[in-house]
Amino acid sequence: MLKYIMKRILAIIPVVIAVSFIVFFIMDFVPTDAAVTALGDGATEEELEYYRDTHGLNDPLPVRYVRYMAGIFHGDLGTSYANQMPVWDLFFDKFPNTLRLALASVVVTVLLSLPLGILAAVKENTWVDTVCSTISFVGLAMPNFWLGLLLIMLFAVNLHWLPSTGAEGFKSLILPAITCGTGNMAALTRITRSSMLDVLRQDYLRTARSKGQSERNIIFGHAFRNAQIPVVTQIGIQMSTLIGGAVLTERVFAWPGVGAFMVDSIQKSDFEVVTGFVIMLAIFVSLVLLLVDVLYALLDPRIKAQYSKN
Amino acid sequence: MKKEKDTTISVKENRAVEIWRQYRRNKGAMVGLAILILLILVAIFADVIWDYNTDIIDMRIGNRLAPPSWEHPFGTDNYGRDMFARIGYGTRYSLLIGFASVLIGTLIGVPIGAISGYVGGKVDNVIMRIVDTFTIIPSLLMTIILVSVLGTNLFNLMIALSISTIPVMTRITRASVMVARNNDYIESARAIGAPTATILLKHVLPNCFSPILVQATLRVGSSIISAAGLSYIGLGVPLPTPEWGALLSASKSFIIKAQHMCLFPGLAIMITVMVINLVGDGLRGALDPKLKR
Repeated sequence: MLKYIMKRILAIIPVVIAVSFIVFFIMDFVPTDAAVTALGDGATEEELEYYRDTHGLNDPLPVRYVRYMAGIFHGDLGTSYANQMPVWDLFFDKFPNTLRLALASVVVTVLLSLPLGILAAVKENTWVDTVCSTISFVGLAMPNFWLGLLLIMLFAVNLHWLPSTGAEGFKSLILPAITCGTGNMAALTRITRSSMLDVLRQDYLRTARSKGQSERNIIFGHAFRNAQIPVVTQIGIQMSTLIGGAVLTERVFAWPGVGAFMVDSIQKSDFEVVTGFVIMLAIFVSLVLLLVDVLYALLDPRIKAQYSKN
Repeated sequence: MKKEKDTTISVKENRAVEIWRQYRRNKGAMVGLAILILLILVAIFADVIWDYNTDIIDMRIGNRLAPPSWEHPFGTDNYGRDMFARIGYGTRYSLLIGFASVLIGTLIGVPIGAISGYVGGKVDNVIMRIVDTFTIIPSLLMTIILVSVLGTNLFNLMIALSISTIPVMTRITRASVMVARNNDYIESARAIGAPTATILLKHVLPNCFSPILVQATLRVGSSIISAAGLSYIGLGVPLPTPEWGALLSASKSFIIKAQHMCLFPGLAIMITVMVINLVGDGLRGALDPKLKR
């Protein structure tokens, strides 16, 4: 098992190299001049040229790429052009906020989706099922950031219950977490429902019923335990997209996370930040996906046996 | 000879009739299709229904931020423009971006996935690792980066969205091709020496049509949402173009005074995506009779 985890962690290295290559390559097409971003429009041509020279901006792409990659392994992601801070520090300044929002959103999603999905499966083809499916169907079509605006309208502007922006204290986390969380609800409800339906048709559940076990024990003790794998996979995928993809929610609520900062940096043409942030996000997304695979092993002894064999 | 040809046509017709018969049974899918056709008509004839210069972008400051009324069912915006006309006109942008970006992504993703799934081995390995790399970068971020590199306008937005559609279509095509290639009739086509391209185009891909079509339809909805999101943060279609995401972006400054500005564009996005998903679900049911829901 440990060997498997080590192997997977090592496998992240080529992914990081590939991602950084793609991002580096794309960024090279940007027609903006980093020296102008750093020194402002007032700088003279000599000053700009001096900056380009000292920061190695005149070197060819492969040279810059290799130098950049060498830096990554020392925790050096370059310096922001816009505010001269190390990109590494900027990332870890914003990342805890993003992680906090992602975790809170996953909690919201799980609390809403699992009961809805299980209920819809157990009461298959009844009005309960229809209501649950309709909720998830509407949720799937609702743009996340619009839901965020509606929540601000209701709870911040009209009722004055919760703050609409910022990241101070638990109260300010509620609306962003609901926004992100309900956005993912539809997918998780559907998956919970369908994987529960698969399991509910199995013979061993008929056996459990004929043994006279309580319905509650059958649903939670037998059925749900076996329906967990697709559910955990979906939660993992959602967690990984939340880490980098909560850009819009972060923007709506002025949440000081990684995504919102990246969009700001893009608008300021601060591409050193963009490149560094994408690479760091790729690393964390890979780690989350690895965590999901390890969770499989904890949930299902058959998978654990398979990991140990390899 | 002529008679034989007629039989093949009638078999194909029967298949289409059968799919339509299955599709018609799903009431939700029929309602979705009806509304979608209506939206497409509005999008096509937007220039006939509204005059772009007078109805859509001409400002009437005296009438600004008016709440919904008989004259202005969705109220007016901060420049006194009729929100109903602006949202109606905006249909063409959202539908165009949604359908065009998925079409481009499908046209590129399907051949890559087909080759990957059919050839297998090293080629498959290389293609799938590249696809994995693109999947690791969150797709919305990827789109944002691409738009900011290409420049913000309608065309670049479509290109950026289609690029994030490619990995999805590649995966689904690869998976269905891998199933289809093991069929006996493919084996016999290979045995009589048919070229690989012919086998792929004539025998393998037609059998993978259903999952690709269903996935593409459902993808249109998510592309529309992404496009609106990008316009919301100012990286999509710029104002004064009445794109729905751009309308929402403008509404944020008036969230206290004029909440109708925020309500109706969002509803328009939600209803459009909902009807497209209804059609997608209906197609899934009609094309794959094994799946009931």
